[in-house]
Parts: sequence; C-alpha cells; structure tokens
Amino acid sequence: MTASRLATGGSAIDRSRPIRFSFDGATVHGFAGDTIASALLAGDVAVVGRSFKYHRPRGIWGAGVEEPNALVDLGGSVPAKPNTRATTEPARDGLVAKSVNATPSALADRNAFLDRFARFIPAAFYYKTFMWPDWHRFEPRIRAMAGLGTVDADWISPGTADQINHHCDVLVVGAGPAGLAAARLASGAGLTVTLVDDQHSPGGSLGHRAAEIDGKPAAVWVKETIAELAAGGHLILPSTIAFGIYDHNLVGLNQRHLDGRPDTLWRVRPRQIVLAAGAIERPLPFANNDLPGILSADAALAYLRRHAVLVGRRIVVATSNDSAYEVAGALAEAGAEVRLVDIRRDGTPAAPANVRLAKGRSLISASGRLRVDGVTLDDGTRFDADCVLISGGWTPTIHLFGQAKGKLAWSEARAAFLPGDPVDNIAVAGAAAGAVSLSEVFAGASTAVASLGQTKAPLPRSTGPEATDGIVAAWPMPGSKGRIWIDYQNDVTVKDVELAARENFVSVEHLKRYTTLGMATDQGKTSNLPGLALMAGITGRTVPEVGTTTYRPPFTPVPLASFAGTRVGELMAPVRRLPLENVHRANGAVFQEYGGWLRPAHYGGYADAERSIADEARRARQSVALFDGSTLGKIEVIGPQAAAFVDFLYYNTMSTLKPGRCRYGFMLSENGVVFDDGVLVRLDEHRFVVSCSSSHVAAVHARLEEWRQDRFGRDAVYIHNATSDMATLTVSGPNSRKLLETLGLGLSLDDADLPHMAIAHGTYAGDDVRIARVSFTGDRSYEISIRADRAEPLWAHLREAGQALEAVDIGLEALMILRAEKGFIVIGKDTDGTTLPHDLGVDGPRAKRQSEFVGRRSLFTEEASRGNRMQLVGLAVPQGDAPLPTGAHGIKRSDGRVHSQGFVTSSYQSPTLGRPVALGLIERGATRHGETIDIQHLGKISKATITAPCAFDPAGERLHA
Amino acid sequence: MQLFPCPFCGPRDETEFHYGGDAGNIRPDGADVPIDRWAEYLYLRGNPKGTAREIWVHMICGEFFVMGRDTITHKVLSSAALDGEHAA
Repeated sequence: MTASRLATGGSAIDRSRPIRFSFDGATVHGFAGDTIASALLAGDVAVVGRSFKYHRPRGIWGAGVEEPNALVDLGGSVPAKPNTRATTEPARDGLVAKSVNATPSALADRNAFLDRFARFIPAAFYYKTFMWPDWHRFEPRIRAMAGLGTVDADWISPGTADQINHHCDVLVVGAGPAGLAAARLASGAGLTVTLVDDQHSPGGSLGHRAAEIDGKPAAVWVKETIAELAAGGHLILPSTIAFGIYDHNLVGLNQRHLDGRPDTLWRVRPRQIVLAAGAIERPLPFANNDLPGILSADAALAYLRRHAVLVGRRIVVATSNDSAYEVAGALAEAGAEVRLVDIRRDGTPAAPANVRLAKGRSLISASGRLRVDGVTLDDGTRFDADCVLISGGWTPTIHLFGQAKGKLAWSEARAAFLPGDPVDNIAVAGAAAGAVSLSEVFAGASTAVASLGQTKAPLPRSTGPEATDGIVAAWPMPGSKGRIWIDYQNDVTVKDVELAARENFVSVEHLKRYTTLGMATDQGKTSNLPGLALMAGITGRTVPEVGTTTYRPPFTPVPLASFAGTRVGELMAPVRRLPLENVHRANGAVFQEYGGWLRPAHYGGYADAERSIADEARRARQSVALFDGSTLGKIEVIGPQAAAFVDFLYYNTMSTLKPGRCRYGFMLSENGVVFDDGVLVRLDEHRFVVSCSSSHVAAVHARLEEWRQDRFGRDAVYIHNATSDMATLTVSGPNSRKLLETLGLGLSLDDADLPHMAIAHGTYAGDDVRIARVSFTGDRSYEISIRADRAEPLWAHLREAGQALEAVDIGLEALMILRAEKGFIVIGKDTDGTTLPHDLGVDGPRAKRQSEFVGRRSLFTEEASRGNRMQLVGLAVPQGDAPLPTGAHGIKRSDGRVHSQGFVTSSYQSPTLGRPVALGLIERGATRHGETIDIQHLGKISKATITAPCAFDPAGERLHA
Repeated sequence: MQLFPCPFCGPRDETEFHYGGDAGNIRPDGADVPIDRWAEYLYLRGNPKGTAREIWVHMICGEFFVMGRDTITHKVLSSAALDGEHAA
C-alpha cells in the first residue's frame, strides 16, 4: 500500500455513508462525497487508463476539469456516459466505471506492447505511412487501437435534456474566493446574481488551501456567503460549467445532475459576466513525467484535505514556484516522508517542517513501470519515491475571455497569459486574472463589479496566511533526453513538437493539427502553454510571439443531447399535417412526407404499392376521383392596389382577370427563373387568392410580404396566409359534376354558370364553401374549399355518394401520373434553377407585356435568348420499352465525345394509355418534336422520341366532358 | 446566438430571422435597363467589413426591416421598418 485513506479528516466526505462501485471489474470502496478519482486513490489504484496512442499506463493527474488521464466510461446505476472525468464525477453506489482505450483493463492492457514501438510512431506517423493503397483500408483497425471511450449504443436516455433560458444582471463563473466576493458585492449593489461552479461544493481553492477571511476559517466564510446569496434569492448552480460564450453575451452552461437526469443546458444572457474560474496547475518537463503516481501538487493537497487521501508514503515534490510548499508541509504533517525539489536557487520560502528541501535542482527523469518508483535529479542524485508531485506554475482559466475575442497579455512575472485589454461586459477576477494572494483576489473582485453600481456589502478581508508565487519558468527544452510528455491525453512529447518544427509546422495552429497537441476532451488545459513555450524555444521566438491557438467553446465536453433538447425524433423536423389525416388513415392511406407535409401517397388498395397507385390513376380517368388538396397554398391579397400588386408579382398579366375567374400563371425570381406556378383566383375587384405550390407557401408568402412592405406600401395591400384555415377537397373525373350535384351546395353547377377556370360560392351544412373549377388532372375538376374543422362530414358525404359512381380516393402518387400524362409540370421537378418561362413554352407575356414584373429584365439577356436552351418536351419510348429512368440524360456525340443535351424530369407508366409517359428538358426541344434521340442511364443507352409535353387528350376535351 | 431587434416584436433570437439582402439595393425597372446595371442589382454586393445595412425578415411576424450591423463585432447599430429599399 502506498496511497491510503487517513483515519480522520476530509471536509468533503461523509464516513457514515459508505458506497461501493466497480472500476474495470474490481470493487472500489468510498464514502459519499468522494469523486471516482478520490475513491480510486484511497484504494491505491494507480493505473486508471491507457494513453491515446502508445497505450502507456496512466494515473490520476489532477482533481478537477483539467484531468487528461483519468477518463472513464460510465454505466451501471448511472446514465451511460463515455469519457467522463473521474476527478469531477461523484462516486455513487452501483456505478460501473470502465477505463478508456484499454482491453481488458487499464492494468493489463493487451495493446501495451505498442509503447515499445513508440520511436517508430511519431506525430503524423499514420498519415505518412498508410497512404498506399488507401488510408481507409487501415483506418478501422487503427481507430480501434487508438482513442478514448466507447459510446454505449444500447443505452437509451430516460428522457430528453432540459434547456432553460435565463436572464440576470451578473453571471459569476466560479465560486472560489474571487467569485464569492464578486457575487456578494454585486448582490449588495441590488443586482440579480447567478453563481455557477464546476464543483459540487463551492469554495474553489478555499476548500483545500489555508486561508482565513474576516477573522473566520475560510470554510465558515464560504458557507455564510453562500447562505447569504441564497437568502437574497440569487441563483446558485453547483456542478455547472460555463462552457462557452456566444454572440451578444449569451453564455452556455452545462449543469450535471446526480439523480440520473440528462444534463441541463442553460442559455444565460447576463448584462455582465465576472469570470473567476481560477487557474490550472501545469506539469514540469522531465523524462517519463507521465508515469502513474505523478500528480499535480495542488491536486494532492485537495485529495488530502477534502477526501483524507494521502497519495503516497515517500513523496518527492518538485516545483518552480511557492504554491507547492504548502502541499509539501501538509503531506509531511499527515505522515509522509517528503522531499521538496525546487528549481530555484534563491528567493524560496523556508522549508516546511519535516520536509527536506533541495534548492536549485530539477528532475530530469522518473523511473517505474506501472507506477513511479523513483526520480533522478539534474545532479545525478536518485531518490526512491512512490509518488511524485509536480507544480510547473499556474495557467489562468480565461477561456470565456478568449472565446469573446479578448486579447491576452503575456506576463513574464507570472509565466502565463493574463487577460489583456478589457472586453465589453466581461470582467476577470481572482487567479484567472493572475491574482495570487487573497488580498489581491478580493481587490480584483471589487474592481470587477465596481462599474455596476454602489454596493452596500463590505469587501472581505484576508486575515490569514497570504499565498505567494515567485515562479521561475521551467519550460520543456529542445534537445532534452528521454521521453518528456507535453500532452498526456494525446501522447505528444518534446520530440513530436521538435519534429513538427523540423517539418515547418511552426505556427501554433499547425502545431496543434500536426501533433494533436491540445486536442480531445481536455483541450490541452495542462499542455498548451508548455507546448507553445517549447515551440518558442525551438524557433527562437518569445512565448507571446508564438501565441495561443484560438479559444473555442466548449470549455469541457457537453453532451449532444443537451443541444438537441426536445428536438429529437418526430420533433426534429415536425411535419405539417392534414386536417383529415385520421380519416385518410382509417381509409387505408399510406402516408409520405412531401415538401414538409405528411400526405397520402396512396390508399393501399393492393399489397403492392405500385399496383395501388396504378389502379388509382386508371380509375380516376374512368369515373370520379377524390383527392385531398388541402396543402395547396391559399394566400389572400387584399387592398386597393391588389391588382397592380399581383401584376408585378406574376409573369402573366393578372389585372385583366374578371372577378369570379381564375388564371394559371408563373411567379419568377428576379433572375427570371420560374419560382412557382399556380392558379390565381380573383374573388372581387380588390381581393385575390394566390394558390401556390404546397411546399412553397412560406417562401411565396415571404416574397409577397417583402414587395408589399418595400415597394407597394403597407396600406396598398394586405396579405393573409389562409392556407391552413381551409381544407380543399378535389373532385375530378368525367362524373365529378354528377357527384357534386349530390351535395346540395345551393349553387348552379351548369357549365354556363360555372365554366372551367371560374369559381362559385355555396354552402354545405351551413358553412360557406368555395368551388373552383380548376384542374391538375386534365379532367373536369372541382376544388371545394371549406373550413378545415368542418371538412370531415363533406369528405364522408363525397365518399358515400361516390360509391354508386365507383369513386376512388387517390393519393399524391396517382396524381403525379395523371398530371404527367397531361404534361403539367411540377416546379423544381420538371424545372431547375435555370428554367425560364419561355423554356416551358409560355412566351406570351415576355413578348407582349409592357408593365413591370419581377424578373422581367432577366428574360432579355444574352443567356435568356440563347438558341439552344433546354425546353420542356414529352418523351415517348419505343413500344414495349420500360419507362425511362428519371434523371437519365439525352445525349449527343461530337468530336468523338458524348455530351448531355438535357434530361428526363418525370417518367411514369400510364395505366390509361398503357405505355410510358415522360417529360424532359431537352436542348431546342420545342422545335424537335418527332426526332428520336439516345437516352443514357448508368451506361445503358435507349431511344426516345421527342413529342409535345401533353400525351393524353391534347385537345383538352375532357375538361368539359 | 445573436439578439436582433424586430421593429414590431422587440429583441428576439437570430434563429427567428432570415437574411433578405443588402439594404439600399435600388431596383431598376424596365425591360431596357442597361445589362450591367441589372447585373449589379442582381449580383454585385459590397460585402462590407464593418458597418453594414441589411434587410432582415422576422419570420414569426413577417416584418421586413433594415438593420444596421457591424459585421466584425456583430453589434447591432440600428433597426427600422422597411420602406422602399428596392425603390428608386
């Protein structure tokens, strides 16, 4: 035994509540208040993971969010979560933790042999080596051998993650001395405060560093301050990390829960942010500095005082600054044999009691296999040790400041980047701002909130010992002997950084990508600064000349489920639904999504979908078909300038339309391309209904609003999107009029009164209905629009009365066949982003219109007048051929090469005609009717003859039959 | 997540808005507009670094408006109802 739990002490643990959990299959004992890491240390588990690339044994390094090594995949009694930091995750009964990148366990990893080949696997080895014949051949095996945790694909979250929007005056990040002081001062100024801290209990460094505030022990002051803030109604969130700052002062918080709930995402908009996130201890560079049993000195003190865990019996503490002296003293007092090695010759504090101090000395190597067993100093002295604690100085946690594009200023005295020029709405205080003593910390907290108003709260005073720093930088040096780790998590050594420099990846951003320094879950919290300082040394630059990589969120990993929130499953992209959906379902409809709408594809008359669709399309021509067209756009344009407005918006002149009549037309984009087609209804002199494509309603509505608000004026026209107000039921076919007569709508269905392209008003069961005689099938058709909530009886009536006429419900797929038989286009299917109206054979307005309309000028460009434009055609195949594949190209040959001359846009087997029909866009197609061309699809060539688009009833007699 | 001030609804999350193009891009009417002028209207954009005047639409209420914005700092400088931004 080397590491052990002391019989007494431990401010965080509750010895009356023992707990048990498993790590790599072995049982671990702990107490409530332990983290997984503290319980593992108490049980003397040295090896807790394997390194990313070389599978080196790794132990616990730290006691907080910076942990690079001790990552575990969680399961058992707690929600499954990969790559969880053992240092921040509370130990709980029944929890199952598994080390990452190790098989079967961290202690006996079968890939450990890889480390023996480490000298052959430097940075970028994989990219350079596995180029031939194809990286993707090697990738799966390499990925399986390297990496971190594994997602448990079988685990299903019990619920969705909460997302909470929150506003406050001041958001204080970090509940250490600086954060608590700032929160209290802000509260005293009458401001609403939100205080977040990554730990489960507040206090930060006050939890394990000696301090006295206002004459009280620090722990008492922390407790009182928290109680005071809570009583003041301020929001205090423990186990919560401010992981990112975004535009306009939005801060993302990741709140973890102990009760199995998924993490909560908070979106906070504070007026002011006080960043008091403290600082993170850095390692020292020496060979094998990654061995298990080598820890951050500050972490060892935290484990001692919070969890009563003594990390070793024979401990060497190596330092470059004053902060490790308290650690050495405390460990000696707890009964360990402690040697302190300080790189500084002069100006060090006095050696603590029972600690042997070696000044002006540094470690050059550590030895040991599965854990450290000794160290060698630069003068050749060797000490046996079961634990080595190192402090290479402190890196301020200024990620939020950096993310907010705050400039950093290099401090030689602190050997660290500190916040530079202030950023709007962000003040940095405490160790994050480079403060060392508590007095400095409190003074900084006061400055941070000074601009927010006069505070009634007194500034806390440090009445105990004051921390000092005195750091002398000890950066990794080029040319050092042995394997000196810079980045524990990504297995980056001094030699890898040197290699990167040799290959000219000297920019810090290149260094990061080439060596992976600072990547993965810890994002280089302990390694970035040593890495770039080394690069500075290699290239003869200063540290600020090398600079830092860009700070990006998140500071710590955030579960994707937090960002998803309730936008999962059906709610990811909610479909729009028909008012009659349930009725259609009861009638056997098979639904599909079309342009955001869930609509019947067909009514499942046969087990085979294709046969059902063909049957619907055939029967629709024989007698009468019922079709739910409720998705069709119904945007009302109302007002004194409504006619001028629709004239401007449409390619076709619409103002000449008589009230009660309809006209088909195009809307163009300003570049002349056909944007939408549909029927415009003129209800009266100043009122129109724009029937746009189902999937285009929002876009057409927005376009109408823009021109209304910008060009015509808000008083000239008013626009109302009534699409979902009404259901539209379509009755089509030779017997459609006969079926309509059974409804008793109280209007004349006589063709003289209600001709094709006219509307009429009637009533059904007391509700107003609007009948429009427009047709998308080519047959006599009536569209009946009725209040959406009253459509059901009307539909039932139509189906019931339709039985005698052998009426058929048709879905969208059958309608697609019917319209293709007629050569009726679907915008976006039979047209693309280059199709102009005259390509579709509608040249009249272009030739004749004198008034202005959207897209007009674009119809007279060189491009628009090109003779070989692709034009809409029909395509007929030789007898017995199958339908052409949609998307197949019409080809031509010249200069021995094959060129496309257009493509098939729609293609179906017509059950009525008993042969395939197709539409296409073919070069000069309108003038080439009768010509047979080659069609190529997936290397196969077939023949097709260019025809007019309309294959069925070209004279249009069925409209009136 | 930026906060945009809709003149009709007040400050709202940027996800509720769509970008509508440069403000002050005057539309030249007529079939005989010089082609260069028409191309400029359709395609040529200043892409300013710094202060920009842009049209945005608040999809929730349908309000089109002109927003002054700094494209570097993302500061919102002004917001006003749209009126004749494409009109000569």
